[in-house]
Amino acid sequence: MEKEIACGFHCIKANHIGVKFGNDEILKDINLHIHCKELTVIIGRNGAGKSTLLRALLGEIKHTGNIEFMDTKENVSRHLRMGYVPQSINIEKHMPTTVYDLFASFISKVPVWLKVDKRAERKIKESLAKFEAEALIHKSIGDLSGGELQRVLLAISIFNEPNLLILDEPISGIDNNGIQIFFEYINKLKKEHDMSIILVSHDFDLVKKYADRVILIDKTILKEGTPEEVFASKEYKEIFAKNI
Amino acid sequence: MQDIINQLLGLLPFEFLNYTFMKNALLAILLATPIFALLGTMIVNNKMAFFSDSLGHSAICGIAIGMLFGITNTNISMVLFATIFAILLNMVKYKVNYGADTIISVFSSIAIAAGLAILTSTGSFNQYSNILVGDILSINWNEIVYLFLTFILIFFIWYNLFNKLHAISINTSLAKSKRINVMLIDNIFVILIAIVVMISIRWIGILLINSLLILPAASSRNIAKNMRQYHLFAIIISLFSGLTGLVVSYYQNIPTGPMIVIIAGIIYFITLLYNKVRLQ
Repeated sequence: MEKEIACGFHCIKANHIGVKFGNDEILKDINLHIHCKELTVIIGRNGAGKSTLLRALLGEIKHTGNIEFMDTKENVSRHLRMGYVPQSINIEKHMPTTVYDLFASFISKVPVWLKVDKRAERKIKESLAKFEAEALIHKSIGDLSGGELQRVLLAISIFNEPNLLILDEPISGIDNNGIQIFFEYINKLKKEHDMSIILVSHDFDLVKKYADRVILIDKTILKEGTPEEVFASKEYKEIFAKNI
Repeated sequence: MQDIINQLLGLLPFEFLNYTFMKNALLAILLATPIFALLGTMIVNNKMAFFSDSLGHSAICGIAIGMLFGITNTNISMVLFATIFAILLNMVKYKVNYGADTIISVFSSIAIAAGLAILTSTGSFNQYSNILVGDILSINWNEIVYLFLTFILIFFIWYNLFNKLHAISINTSLAKSKRINVMLIDNIFVILIAIVVMISIRWIGILLINSLLILPAASSRNIAKNMRQYHLFAIIISLFSGLTGLVVSYYQNIPTGPMIVIIAGIIYFITLLYNKVRLQ
C-alpha cells in the first residue's frame, strides 16, 4: 500500500457543498479533504451529481459551503489555481481550428486570427511534448483521435501549474488503450507536479489500479476510502449491483 | 474629408463612380463587408445564425419604439434597442439549458409584431417599409462616418478580445477555469453584432442582413485550414461579393443587396463543392 508520499503541506478542503436547482436538491453536504499528489476519483451512477460537483468546485454554479486551499506548513490559506479538462469541446470536424489555435486562445494575447505568436508556439510545443503530442501542433482539431484531443486538453489544463486539476470523464471516442494511456499520464502528472487531481470516471478497473482515494456519491457521499475499501463496500454493491 | 475622398474615388477609371451615390455605396461596402466577415466567423462557430437573424428582425421594433419616444435618428433608436435586445437574448441563452432557439424565436416574434403594430397604427409603416429590403444607393455621408467608427471599433475589439471569445466558444467551463470573464466578453460580442447589424440594416435590409453575416464565414469555413485562413478568406469573399454585387447591380439594374447575397450564395456552393472534391 506504499504509494507516492504526499508533500503533506498543502490540502484542499471542500466543506458542506450543496447544490439546488430550483427545488431539486442535486448535492447535499459534500465534504472533501484532498491532499496534494493524490488522485481522487469520483464514481456514482448516472445522474448522481458527479459533473455538478465538479462544476461547483470550479465555482461555475451556485452552491452552499466553501472551498479552502490550505498551506498547513505556514498555516495560511492560499489562492487556489484550478485546471480543468472538459468532457467535450465545441469544435466539429472540418472546423478550421488547429491545435495551435485552440491552445493559443487560452494562453496568448496575440490574436490567433491574425498571426502565429512565435513565443506562444514554442511554449505550446514544450507543453505538448510532455504528452508526446508536439507533432500535433498544426493539425486540425477535427482530425485528432479522441485520445490525442484528450492529451491536448490535458496540456492546456496544466499550463498554469494548477494546484487542483479537475477532469470530467474522458469524452467518448477513446478506445480502451487510449483510456489506459490517459490514466498513465495522470499518474505521471501526479508524481511530477505538486497537484491534487479529481477525476470522474466509469472505468473501474483503471480506477482500482491508479486511484489513491475513491468517493462514491449519490447526491451526497455514500462511501469514501481507498479503492479496495470502496469497491468492497455494501454501498458500492447496492448502487452497481446490476453490473456485478 | 468627404470632398477629398470623393475626388480620389473620381480618379478611378470606372464610369459608375461618376455618381456620388455610387461613391458612397462603394465606401459603405469597403467598410462593412470586412466587419461582417469577422463577426460572421464567430457567429458560425457558435451556431448563432438564428440569434443574429432574430436580432436583425428586432430592428423594426427599435424604429417603432424610437418613433414613440420622438427619436428622429433611426440609427440611434435601432442600436439602443438592439443592444438591449441582444443582452436579453444572451441572458436567455445562459438561463435555459434547453430549447434556447424556441425562446429566442418567441422574443423575436413579439418584437416584430410590436414593431409592426406600432408603425402601422401610427400610419408610418410606409415611411419605413423600405427597411425590409434596404437601399444602398440612399446611404449618406453620416452613415458612412458611423460605419467607419464601427469598423475601427470592431477591429480594435477583435484584435484584443478574439482569443478570449474563441476560448469561450470552445468550452465555457474551460474558459472560466482560465479566469476569463465569460459573461462580460460574450455580452460585448453580442453588442457588437447588434451595432453592426443595425448600422447596416438600412441599406442591406432586414430580410438579407443575416446572409451577409453568415455566407462569407460559412464559405470560408469550407476551405480554410486554420484560424488565419478562416478570417482572411472570409474577408476576401465578403469584399468580393460586395464589390461585384454593387457593380453588377449598377449595370443590370438589380437591387444591390440581393445581388450581393446571390453572389455570396454562389461562392458558398463553389466552396462546398471544392471541399467535397478535396475530401474524396
